[in-house]
Amino acid sequence: MSTRALEWIIERLLFLCAALSVLTTAGIIMVLAVETYEFLQEVSIVEFLTGTEWTPLFANRHFGVLPLVAGTMLVSTIALVVALPMGVLTAVYLSEYAPAGFRRVVKPILEILAGVPTVVYGYFALTFVTPLLQTFLPGLSGFNALSPGLVMGLMILPLVSSLSEDAMRAVPNGLREGSYALGASRMQTALKVVVPAAFSGITAAFILAASRAIGETMIVAIAAGQQPRLTANPFVPIETMTAYIVQVSLGDTPQGTIEYRTIFAVGMLLFVMTFGLNLISTWLRERFREEYA
Amino acid sequence: MRKHADLLFQIVSLSALVIALAALGALVFDIFADGASRLSWSFITNIASRNAEDAGVYHALMGSIWVIALTGLMALPIGVAAAIFLEEYGSRSRAARFIELNIANLAAVPSIIYGLLGLGLFVRMMGMGQSVLAGAATLALLALPVVILSTREALRTVPNSIREGSYALGATKWQTIWNQVLPMALPGVLTGLILALSRAIGETAPLITIGALTYIPFAPDSVWSKFTVLPIQVFNWVSRPQTEFKENAAAGILVLLALLLTMNAIAIVVRDRQQRRGRV
Repeated sequence: MSTRALEWIIERLLFLCAALSVLTTAGIIMVLAVETYEFLQEVSIVEFLTGTEWTPLFANRHFGVLPLVAGTMLVSTIALVVALPMGVLTAVYLSEYAPAGFRRVVKPILEILAGVPTVVYGYFALTFVTPLLQTFLPGLSGFNALSPGLVMGLMILPLVSSLSEDAMRAVPNGLREGSYALGASRMQTALKVVVPAAFSGITAAFILAASRAIGETMIVAIAAGQQPRLTANPFVPIETMTAYIVQVSLGDTPQGTIEYRTIFAVGMLLFVMTFGLNLISTWLRERFREEYA
Repeated sequence: MRKHADLLFQIVSLSALVIALAALGALVFDIFADGASRLSWSFITNIASRNAEDAGVYHALMGSIWVIALTGLMALPIGVAAAIFLEEYGSRSRAARFIELNIANLAAVPSIIYGLLGLGLFVRMMGMGQSVLAGAATLALLALPVVILSTREALRTVPNSIREGSYALGATKWQTIWNQVLPMALPGVLTGLILALSRAIGETAPLITIGALTYIPFAPDSVWSKFTVLPIQVFNWVSRPQTEFKENAAAGILVLLALLLTMNAIAIVVRDRQQRRGRV
């Protein structure tokens, strides 16, 4: 075979490997869509999306997904309330105040938080954080949304802080110097110049963090309970979309039954939500890159 | 006044960092306090048992090693090939841009969605069943975006003069990549692979979704074996109400963390050797 033909074949093969990622996305959409379609043959989409009772595993079956969505939103909101301010403050400190040596030591330690397996966080939430909270919140159930929410916030904090810090460090130093020249303090420069200039990058970090929180599974499967409940009360057991998928997967649910299909329908909803957030985040980061490129 | 506000702000932002680090400290302390006393050689060599005191992690540890080894075997060639295409061949074409965007999005898809993909595609459609192979294939898809991104960075560190020198000697594009670029980028590629695998080894949700068992009293002996992995065994123990099993869970976590630390240490050694070679 001529060298030229060989080169041509190799390039095609490499392209195929790269294209596998597109096939993965297509595969995800196809697998979810097929089972969701079957599911929607038996349950109307209106009942699924607007129903307020989720009891597919009981004799009296209802397929309203809202309690699961509410559980997901509740835990994610708590996580974001923790991770966003703390992550941005950490980023401000590391990017505007910390000496270089301190940064070099602290950043890898902070990254460890992102590398801890989520099942470990689940254990921590259930056996440490919940009992700790119960000492001053006596009404708190053993399973609740608060404790996994706080721990999840800890988990996504490094994501928020490292992406925000990248965005802040990309702000040209000229802007900082201009601000100092006008007599601004470091805090004024950080809050009124650097953070606004890095705003789209920080927003992208927030959105990615929200998407991570919505899709997080093991912390809530371990520490939040398995009771789908339409509530905003963080002290009682709830169930998230991801925890429901785990709950059904653990049982022996035969393929082709409607219970089996519910996990794909819930998965489809989860995929649509996170994919939408990811697209917005990517778009924001692209825009941000253009601003200071 | 302004100075005070500035100092206060600095203290507030530093305390956010300190709280996060303190929470990490509490987590590590909690797990050691609960699990260290349960760790012993028999905990590593025993298999699952209904009695908390007799139970061990041998089957789950072996399951994790089987799955991760196979995941690496699948993710490495495909990920490196994809990265070479994007970095060395098609970086300006529209198809490459689309693939890049797609990879960035895939990297942020929740891992449990990969589990549903694995369940629908590998376990059912391709008939792999709840095997080591199906688990590894699922995790390989999950690890691919990370492997691709880190390989591209490694390729980018190879200076262009190397490529041009190789072309000048009459080498073709692929000969240049295979003989010059890849060997130089190899330590970076391996570091990225190990980091991707150390993330995959802690994954629980996708493997539960494809039906990896929570109770399985044997280690896998082929890629078709049913299996369980360390994080699933930990999950199984955490879910039981008895305190003794919680201790087992903590000890299981310690084994998992030891495995993770080992992998990360290898990655650091590989990276250091690369940096030292780069300087000479």
